[in-house]
Amino acid sequence: MQATFSALAEPNRLQIVQLLRRKPLPVGEIAARLDLRQPQVSKHLRVLSDAGLVEVRPVAQQRIYGLRAQPLKELDAWLEQFRRSWDDRFDRFDAVLRAQKETGEKRNARNT
Amino acid sequence: MPATRRFETTVTLPSDREILITREFDAPRDVVFRAMTDPALIPRWWGPRKYETIVDHMDVRPGGTWRFLNRESDGTEYAFRGEYREIVPPERIVQTFEFEPLAGHISIETATFTERDGRTLLTNHTLFASKEDRDGMIESGMESGLRETHDRFAELLAALAETKR
Repeated sequence: MQATFSALAEPNRLQIVQLLRRKPLPVGEIAARLDLRQPQVSKHLRVLSDAGLVEVRPVAQQRIYGLRAQPLKELDAWLEQFRRSWDDRFDRFDAVLRAQKETGEKRNARNT
Repeated sequence: MPATRRFETTVTLPSDREILITREFDAPRDVVFRAMTDPALIPRWWGPRKYETIVDHMDVRPGGTWRFLNRESDGTEYAFRGEYREIVPPERIVQTFEFEPLAGHISIETATFTERDGRTLLTNHTLFASKEDRDGMIESGMESGLRETHDRFAELLAALAETKR
């Protein structure tokens, strides 16, 4: 998880990951689309690959870089657990608000 | 009994040291604000469901402090505490948050209440001292076992990307 976060914390790498969400691309194309130099992109791809975020596939004469789903799913699951615990807390708060509303309505009914 | 709409909670990570939680409630913001700052109501919603929450003290005014306990079924207790820095009813609360066993790891929480059409949007922003503190907080919110999840990856990336601008 730490590796995923560190890899994504760099803005250019995050952009690369966003670009690869659409489709796998060769390094030259990634560099051209993001207006980066190719050696720079290769370095970023190595970090992303070490973190398990991208994988490379040889197609004809080219090396095509694509996303690996697993670490992204882990990241997602990590955050989803936390989200659910808050969602549960807020569901209980909803119940508190509902109870407050009913008490308020009873009080108003008595006063009219 | 009037039905109350239930809304989804969203969690995003605007940067390495932040968590942003949003949730809408089907009530005007003065009602939401009052309920959230009422010590008598805290035990009914604060903290994970599996623990009992006890309000040791809660002095809702700038400079006032709060301390809550979470009690497990075996009697083990954990305390949380903090100080209120800003109280602006019914708009905003700024407070510090500290888990006593990890004293010194203080985060700053800003709750903002925005009303629209009689409903209230709560935006809860937390700023941590470090990324490790932030990640530790997310992990403490986890319950046993990872559950099946939806693909929220796009949202997460969007949130990460936002802050890099």
